[in-house]
Amino acid sequence: MTGSGLCLAVVPAYNEAETITGVVGGLHRYAPAFDTLVIDDGSTDGTGALARRAGAQVIKLPFNVGIGGAVQTGFVYARDHGYEVLAQVDGDGQHDAVELGRLLSAMREQDVDVVCGSRFLTTDHHYPAPLSRRTGIHIFAFLLSRIVGMPVSDPTSGFRLYNRRAIELFASDYPHDYPEVEAVLILHRHRLRMREIPVRMYTRGGGSSSISTGKSAYYMFKVLLALFVGVARRPALTLVDPDAACTEEAVG
Amino acid sequence: MQTRIQLVAIAGAALLLLAVLEMVRRRHLMERYALLWILSGLVLLGLAIWRKALASISHAIGVVYPPNALFFIGIGFILLLLLHFSVAVSRLSDQTETLAQRQALLEEQLSRQQREAPLEAQPAAFSPGSSARPLERHDGEPSRRLPAKNA
Repeated sequence: MTGSGLCLAVVPAYNEAETITGVVGGLHRYAPAFDTLVIDDGSTDGTGALARRAGAQVIKLPFNVGIGGAVQTGFVYARDHGYEVLAQVDGDGQHDAVELGRLLSAMREQDVDVVCGSRFLTTDHHYPAPLSRRTGIHIFAFLLSRIVGMPVSDPTSGFRLYNRRAIELFASDYPHDYPEVEAVLILHRHRLRMREIPVRMYTRGGGSSSISTGKSAYYMFKVLLALFVGVARRPALTLVDPDAACTEEAVG
Repeated sequence: MQTRIQLVAIAGAALLLLAVLEMVRRRHLMERYALLWILSGLVLLGLAIWRKALASISHAIGVVYPPNALFFIGIGFILLLLLHFSVAVSRLSDQTETLAQRQALLEEQLSRQQREAPLEAQPAAFSPGSSARPLERHDGEPSRRLPAKNA
């Protein structure tokens, strides 16, 4: 087992047999400080077995619960096993494990609870998503930036680093479908701080996105509804303030 | 007469929409299941307000009294919602079955392991003077942060 038991890389994967070995291998090579946990979300193509063979810890969900439930499994695991930092990395090879070090140092230097890798902050615009997808992302970014009162350039990015407070929050409250955008709002509602840093992202290494054209209408509807309703929601959890949390950790 | 039923229809559809949104806000209703409710509420509200559209629809489907077309469309949405819920219930029962099977299999596996290795399960009881707590996490898995000297 690699890693220190302090940092956990969670890889949600649904039918990613083509890419999962490479993703786990990349994490072991370029992010050795992280333990690797693959959440096999009811795959039918042997993704879980491949991940285990590649040396990852694997949690196999008994059926497909969707990205939100799969990622939350990782948060609960991290909370129960006392991890201080959780990195979320997609199983399709979009995210580069090399960047995890930069996410980590950004979290330390800027003293924030969540660091998010954004593909739109780089000067070289190489992100090759279809126009419809980019338009949707920019609509979410526009609305979300106004709601949370700070610029969010890439609200659908699933390349994120969370500290202990964010882990505890999302272990108890994480959205079900298409969770990334709403998660930023939940962070804001609980007064946790998030920063974006520029990262390079690749096109998927193989397999297919879980978001088909038929589903993208529901994606838009769900996220917009969650944003408008979420503003009026009461925070689900009262978090202790960071100073108190630190002393608590020092004692416990 | 027409105006009164129009007002009733508008109030009904608006109430439905507000109730659905409030339930989503309180997390009593997931967004996934609110989609069809909101769609039906919006369509009914729209047709209740916009009389001309309702009149042309009722003419097209051969309904003489336009407010009846509103009922007709409302029943259509109710059928859609019921079908939607039947699909959801089917999926849920399928998942519950899978969960029950997994849970029973795990229970069997656990009790077999406990029968086969009753002594290895409590090594701390046989090493007086040292507590098992710092070496084991609460899930029973040995901690990776500390060297397991007693193991």
